[in-house]
Amino acid sequence: MRKYNSSRVPKTERITRLVENLYAKMPEIESARAVLVTESYQQTENLPMITRRALAFEHILKNIPIIIRDEELIVGSSTLAPRGCQTFPEFSYEWLEQEFETVDSREADPFYISDRAKKEIKEANSYWKGKTTSELATSYMAPEALKAIAHNIFTTGNYFYNGVGHVTVQYEKVLAVGYEGIIAEAKAELAKCDFGDADYATRSRFLEAVIISCQAVIDYAARYAKLAVGMAQNCQDAKRKEELLAIASNCSHVPAKGARTFHEACQSFWFVQQLLQMESSGHSISPGRFDQYMYPYYKKDLEEGRITREQAQELIDCIWVKLNDLNKCRDAESAKGFAGYSLFQNLIVGGQDENGRDVTNDLSFMCIEASFHVFLPMPSLSIRVWNGSPRDLLIRAAELTRTGIGLPAYYNDEVIIPSLMSRGVSLEEARNYNIIGCVEPQVPGKTWGWHDAAFFNMCRPLELVFTGGMDCGEQIGPKTPAVENMQTFQEFCDAYQTQMNYFISLLVNADNAIDQAHAERMPLPYLASMVDDCMARGKTCEQGGCVYNFTGPQGFGIANVADSLFAIKKLVFEEKKVTMAEFKKALMFNYGQSVSPLIVSQVAGTVARRMIEKGMQPDTAAVAKMAQEIIKTSVTAEDKRKFDQLLAMIEDITKFGNDEEEIDMMAREAAYTYTKPLLQYKNPRGGVFQAGLYPVSANVPLGAQTGATPDGRLAGVPVADGVSPSAGKDMNGPTAAANSVSRLDHGIASNGTLYNQKFHPSALSGQEGLEKFVDLIRTYFDKKGSHVQFNVVSRETLLDAQKHPENYKHLVVRVAGYSALFTTLSRSLQDDIIRRTEQGF
Amino acid sequence: MNREELLQTKGRIFDIQRYSIHDGEGIRTIVFLKGCVLRCRWCCNPESQEYAVQTMMVAGKPKVIGKDVTVEEVLEIVEKDRAYYRRSGGGITLSGGESLCQPQFTRALLQAAKESGISTAMESMGAAPYEVIDSILPYLDTYLMDIKHISPKKHKEFTGMSNELMLENARKIAASGKTRLVIRVPVVPTFNDTPEEIAAIAQFADKLPGVNKIHLLPYHRLGQDKYEGLGREYLMKDILPPENEHMEMLKKVVENVSRLTCQIGG
Repeated sequence: MRKYNSSRVPKTERITRLVENLYAKMPEIESARAVLVTESYQQTENLPMITRRALAFEHILKNIPIIIRDEELIVGSSTLAPRGCQTFPEFSYEWLEQEFETVDSREADPFYISDRAKKEIKEANSYWKGKTTSELATSYMAPEALKAIAHNIFTTGNYFYNGVGHVTVQYEKVLAVGYEGIIAEAKAELAKCDFGDADYATRSRFLEAVIISCQAVIDYAARYAKLAVGMAQNCQDAKRKEELLAIASNCSHVPAKGARTFHEACQSFWFVQQLLQMESSGHSISPGRFDQYMYPYYKKDLEEGRITREQAQELIDCIWVKLNDLNKCRDAESAKGFAGYSLFQNLIVGGQDENGRDVTNDLSFMCIEASFHVFLPMPSLSIRVWNGSPRDLLIRAAELTRTGIGLPAYYNDEVIIPSLMSRGVSLEEARNYNIIGCVEPQVPGKTWGWHDAAFFNMCRPLELVFTGGMDCGEQIGPKTPAVENMQTFQEFCDAYQTQMNYFISLLVNADNAIDQAHAERMPLPYLASMVDDCMARGKTCEQGGCVYNFTGPQGFGIANVADSLFAIKKLVFEEKKVTMAEFKKALMFNYGQSVSPLIVSQVAGTVARRMIEKGMQPDTAAVAKMAQEIIKTSVTAEDKRKFDQLLAMIEDITKFGNDEEEIDMMAREAAYTYTKPLLQYKNPRGGVFQAGLYPVSANVPLGAQTGATPDGRLAGVPVADGVSPSAGKDMNGPTAAANSVSRLDHGIASNGTLYNQKFHPSALSGQEGLEKFVDLIRTYFDKKGSHVQFNVVSRETLLDAQKHPENYKHLVVRVAGYSALFTTLSRSLQDDIIRRTEQGF
Repeated sequence: MNREELLQTKGRIFDIQRYSIHDGEGIRTIVFLKGCVLRCRWCCNPESQEYAVQTMMVAGKPKVIGKDVTVEEVLEIVEKDRAYYRRSGGGITLSGGESLCQPQFTRALLQAAKESGISTAMESMGAAPYEVIDSILPYLDTYLMDIKHISPKKHKEFTGMSNELMLENARKIAASGKTRLVIRVPVVPTFNDTPEEIAAIAQFADKLPGVNKIHLLPYHRLGQDKYEGLGREYLMKDILPPENEHMEMLKKVVENVSRLTCQIGG
C-alpha cells in the first residue's frame, strides 16, 4: 500500500483572484483595536491584570468591525482593508506617533494611514503614558545595559516594543474539543481551587480569564456566522450563496466545538491563528506541524466521500492566502531588521513521529503545492529532513525552491533532535519538534521559548578590544589591556572574550528585565489556554506556566569575527608583517577609505570628553567639525599607502567559507565566544538561555552601526548573515562553503542557525539538477548542518528588479529565515542579497 | 607503480572546479589539465590549449594560468567532497585541454582516485595513440568522448586536426568494453549545427557497441573574455548560441536516426 498520494493538484481561479485582491493596494493601519483596548483598560483599572487582559480581549472581539472578503471560503479578518494592521498601544506607542507622517513613504514596509485613524490612535495613545511593557522594562534594566543598547552592542527591541509571540499552540486540542472543551477544562481546574490555597487569588483569576477569553472567541465566530447568513440572504449568485451558508454553518460550530469536517478544521485552525495575533502583537505565531494535526480530518472526509483532493487543496490554498492577510506595522528601525512585512508564521511538513517513523502524508505534498499556487511569502514553509525522508518529498520541495520563492527552508532532524534533548527535552517530544519564526526549533504546545530575544552584534565587542572598552568617548566595556602591548594572539583572544562576557551579561540583564515586564503587564490568558502546562499551574506563559522555558538571543557576525581573528593571528603574530598599533590606526580611519559618520562620532566623543575633563563646555556641532578636521589631516599619503597595503594583505588571507580547516576552526571558536557563556544564565521563568546564530535581516542595519573590522570590512557595510560566510568571500562553490559552515557546532546553538545559499536557476535545471541539489542538501546534513535555505534567482533578474520594480511586484526572495517580496525591501538590503555569492554555473 | 609513486606523479593543471553537475553522474569535482592537441575555434577554455604556463588578464588583473601539482595534491581537494559523491553517485572528472596530452599524470590520477573508492570520468577527444588510451581504461568508469564532426575536412578546418584517429579510437574504446562510453557533441553554428551533420554523428555513435547516450552541448560564449585576456582574437564573435528550439529539433533528429538517448546539456 502506498503511504501517500503525491500527485499534483491544479490551482483554481478563485485562488488567483484572492491573491490579486489581497495585493491591490498598499497596506493600511486601522485604529479599531487601539480604541477598543483603551476603552476597556480605562474601565478596569482596579482589577487584576490578568482579568483586564481577558476583558480587553472580549471587548475587542465583541466590537471590532468584521468582514467576509469576496470569494473567501475561510473567514476571519483582523482589518477591513486587505493586509491591514491594527496597533497595540499597550506594548509601545510613542514610535508610531513620531512616525505618523513618514510611515507611508518609508523605504522598508510602508503603511497607509488615514487622518481619521491618526486622530483616533493619537487620542487612544494619550492614555498609555507610563503603562506600557516597554516603559516598565526600561525601569527594570541596569543603567549599564541601557548604555550598551544605546551604543548598539545589541538590541532587544523586538520584545521591548512588541508582544513576544514565537509560539506554537495546541491547534490539535482546539480542533478536537473546541473552546467549549477548553472552558470545561478550566472550570474543572477552577473547581479544584481551594479557598485556602496559597495561590488561590492568582490561579482562580487566571482560570476565569481563560474562560472569558475562550468564550469571547466563540462569540466572535458567531458574529461571522451571522454576517454570512445575512450576506447569503442578499446574494444573487446561487453558488456563492451556498458557500456563504457553509461558512455560516462552520462558524456556528467551530471553534466552539470539535471540528467534524476538514472544512471546519480549516476554519477552526484559522480562528486560532488569527486571534492569537489579535490578543498580542507578538509575531512568529507558527502553525507548526499542520500536515500532521490536520490529516485525520482530511483522511476521514476523503474516505467517507465528503471531499475531493481538489477541494481540500483549495481550502489549504485559502488558508495560505489568509496567512498573508495578517500584517504588522513595526517602528522604522525594526522594520529594517524584519523587512518584508513578515509575520514569520512558520509551518513545517514531513519528519518523524514520536516513535521515530516517517510521517510524510498527502498533506505534506499539498502544503508544498499550496505554496506553488499562492506564491506568497507566508507561510514560512519549512521541511524536516532526516535519513528516512522520502526522496519524492525532497524533490518536490526542490522544485518549489527552483521557482525562486525562497521556500521551503530545510531542517535537519539529525542535528535538531539531539540538540533539543541536550536542553532537557525527552526523545519522544524532541522527535515532534517544529520550527518557530525563522529557524528556532522547539516542542509544540509546551514551550515559551522567547526565541527572538535579541540581536547581538559580535563585531562590536571586537571593536572595543581595540579601544579598551571606549566607545564615542565613553567607557562602556571592560578596560582590557592596550592592544599595542599584546605579545601573543592568546592575549587578544582573551581580551575579546572579556568584552564578550561582559556584554553577554548585560544582554541577559536587558532580556530578563523585559521578561519581567511582560509577566507583570502582559499576561495572555487566551494563549495560555492552548499551551501546557499553564492550566494545571494556574499561570500564563509569561509567568512561567509552560513546560519548557527558554530565552534565545541571536548572535551574528561570526564570519567577520573569525576572518578578523585569523587576519590578526597571521599578519600580526605569525608573519609579523603589521603591528597592532598599525592595525588599530587602519581601523580607526576606516582603512583610509572614507570618513564615515561613525568615525566622526567616535573622535568627537573623545574630543568632548577631554574638553569636559579640562573643565570646558563642549558645543556638539563645533566638536563634530573639529573631529572631521582632525581625521582629514591625520591621514597622510604615507598612511594611505600603508592602509592599502594592509587591505591587500588581508585580501590574500583565506576567509571562512572556502573549506580550509584552520580558518573554519577559528570560526567554530569564534561562535563559542558567544554560545558558551550564554548557557550559564537563567531567565525569570526558570528556563535557560540558549544561543541562536541568525540575524533575520538585522545584519544590514546593524552593520551600518559597526566600524571597520580587521577582516577588511569597511565601516557601515553589512556584517555576515547567520552562519554564512561573508558576502562574496566564499570562492570554491557550494560544497566548499557548506563544508565550512558545517564545521561550526550547530548543536550548541539550540535556538537555531541559519545558512543562506544562493543559486542560479541553471544549477537546478532538469530532473538531474533537482536530484543533485537534493544530494547537496542531504550531504550538508550528513555533515551536521542544521538549516539551509536558498535564493534561486539570477543576479540579472535582481538588478533588473531594482531598476523596474513595477515589473517584479511578486518577486519573492529568501531574506533570512523567511521570504519577502524583493521590491518591498530597502535598497541596502536588496544590495546585500545581490552580493551574496551566487553559486551558478 | 606503488601507491607512493602514484601520489607523487606530477602534472600541470589550470583549475579545479567543485560542485560540477553537468559533467558526469552526480556531484563531481573537475580537474582541468593544461595542454591540448586541437585548436577549436569555439574553445571556451583557450587558456587550456598551451601546455606552457601563461599569464591571462582576468578582470583587469594578471593571473598565472597553469600550476604543477602532484596527484596527491589534487586528490586532497577531490577528497573534500567525498561525502557529496557518496550521496549522489559522483566523483572526479578530468577535463582540459586534452587529458591524454599528459598520459602518465592522467593514468596515475585516475588510478589513485579509483583505488581510494572515488568514481572516475574523463572528458576527452581521444586524440592519442590507442595504446595510451588503453592503459588508462582500467581506471576509468566513464569516458565522455567528444565527437565534433564526421567530415575529416571540416574537422581539420575548424579544429586544426583531422578526425580519423579519434573516430578509430572511439570504435576501439567501445569494442574494449572496459568503460562506459558517452558521446558528446558541441553544437556550434556554422560548424556542425545542421540536421544532416548531427544525424551523421548520431549514426556513427549508434554503431558503437555499448553506447546508448549522446549529449548535445549548445555552444556558448562564456569564454570570449578569456581570448581578450590572452591577447588573442576571438574568431567566433558574430556567432550566436543556438536557440532552444533548434536544439530541441536536433534532439528529435538524433532520436529519429538512432536508438540513442539524447540529452541537451551535460
